[in-house]
Amino acid sequence: METIFQGLVSAVRLIAGFNPELLGIIFLSLQVSGLALGAASALGLPLAALLALKRFPLRGLLLGLLNTGMGLPPVVVGLLLYLILSRSGPLGFLELLYTPGAMIIAQTILAFPIVTSLSHAAIVGVDPVIRLAAQTLGATPRQEAAAVVREARYGIGAAVIAAFGRVSAEVGAVLMVGGNIAHYTRVMTTAIALETDKGNFDLGIALGIILLTLSLLVTVALRAVQRRGRAPTGVRLWD
Amino acid sequence: MTVQLHKIAKAYQGNRILADCSYTFAAGGAYILMGDNGSGKSTLFRLAALLEPPDQGEVRYLQGDLTLPPDITLKRRLTMVFPRVGVFSRSVSENVAYGLKIRGLPRDRVREQVARALEEVALSHKTHQPAATLSSGETMRLGLARALAVEPEVLFLDEPTTHIDRANTRLIEDCLLQTLRERALTLILITHDPAQAHRLGGRRLLLQEGRIVEVD
Ligand SMILES: Nc1ncnc2c1ncn2[C@@H]1O[C@H](COP(=O)(O)OP(=O)(O)OP(=O)(O)O)[C@@H](O)[C@H]1O
Ligand SMILES: [Mg+2]
Repeated sequence: METIFQGLVSAVRLIAGFNPELLGIIFLSLQVSGLALGAASALGLPLAALLALKRFPLRGLLLGLLNTGMGLPPVVVGLLLYLILSRSGPLGFLELLYTPGAMIIAQTILAFPIVTSLSHAAIVGVDPVIRLAAQTLGATPRQEAAAVVREARYGIGAAVIAAFGRVSAEVGAVLMVGGNIAHYTRVMTTAIALETDKGNFDLGIALGIILLTLSLLVTVALRAVQRRGRAPTGVRLWD
Repeated sequence: MTVQLHKIAKAYQGNRILADCSYTFAAGGAYILMGDNGSGKSTLFRLAALLEPPDQGEVRYLQGDLTLPPDITLKRRLTMVFPRVGVFSRSVSENVAYGLKIRGLPRDRVREQVARALEEVALSHKTHQPAATLSSGETMRLGLARALAVEPEVLFLDEPTTHIDRANTRLIEDCLLQTLRERALTLILITHDPAQAHRLGGRRLLLQEGRIVEVD
């Protein structure tokens, strides 16, 4: 009990004092997750639009795989990526193992199915009359797709936020391919695991508080986006 | 631009809706299409406006003797408004600007044409309101403004005044009459209001047993 209380006090002191080590870890975490999310969105949004707006062979299979991928266990991703990136692995020559690059790749793999699946659902949910409206106003097929995607923007925003929530809280994959090297690949989740192991609870608790705050912010952002997305009049009785 | 329906036919699940339907809409004319519920008027519009191909026959757009290819250039010269307008969840003005922006018009031209179109349908005071919050009648007027803004040469209107009060119906009709006078516009309009045909002074057509017949 005493340890918890003392840990809390020291943790608050670390946060309030802008402890440089703490800040470094937070900054790296946000950077890794942010870049992973950017990459996952850049790849996932066009794919989501394609899956939602075009019919092509293997589309159903692809959707099934993406849905399954939403629940990918991070340690499995970590293991596979480790095997691929390790010195004797097929991409070993890139020397990415135990670098932030490897962590970004791992989180991209975890975020990609979430961003894609949830965005796909949002785009599919857009009223087909929107597509027709764009068409009648002279949209090319590409502009038509853009109009529909734009209509799904709040759902897509929610997808990206949900994916951020998952990858920023994940520990298995980044630990395995990042290695938890101080000042280089140590992020919030891996630092908590390590500091707890060492019996150094102050930093662990401080990071835990930050992580919880972050997930609270993610939830608030998600709710705000979802609220904005709802029609201002509630149920539309016409059009 | 002349719109020519040549022996078009359309069936849904074995039900023949249009059969051997031919008609020529002359450039610059106004046509009022009437017919019972379910007679195929809206279906005819979808085919004539190149949104759907007919099962048989052809829809031709003619410029003099030339048949125009049904590409995006041609499609941008015509537009249509259906009973469900399909407003984008953006502001009223952004809805009207859409057709102009995708044509790559410069910003000030867009602003100018949007303002004019909204004025024509008496929606200027709603310029910045989210389009999804408009009433049903206002929504239809927005649909009309959006269509007029792209300055179509052929305009298909499917029951544009069905949910509109009398004053706004007059306003829309005046707006259409003025557009007909000022621009080279071919107007084809579906209505269930016989008096509207007189007020608009167009050629009266009836869709009956899958074909267009002229009335009078
Ligand atoms: N996609 C479709 N699948 C099956 N039947 C259809 C389809 N589209 C139209 N129909 C049928 O075709 C017939 C004509 O429909 P259409 O909408 O063209 O009628 P309309 O003349 O516009 O009627 P209204 O005055 O009620 O608007 C209707 O009986 C309708 O049920
Ligand atoms: Mg109809």
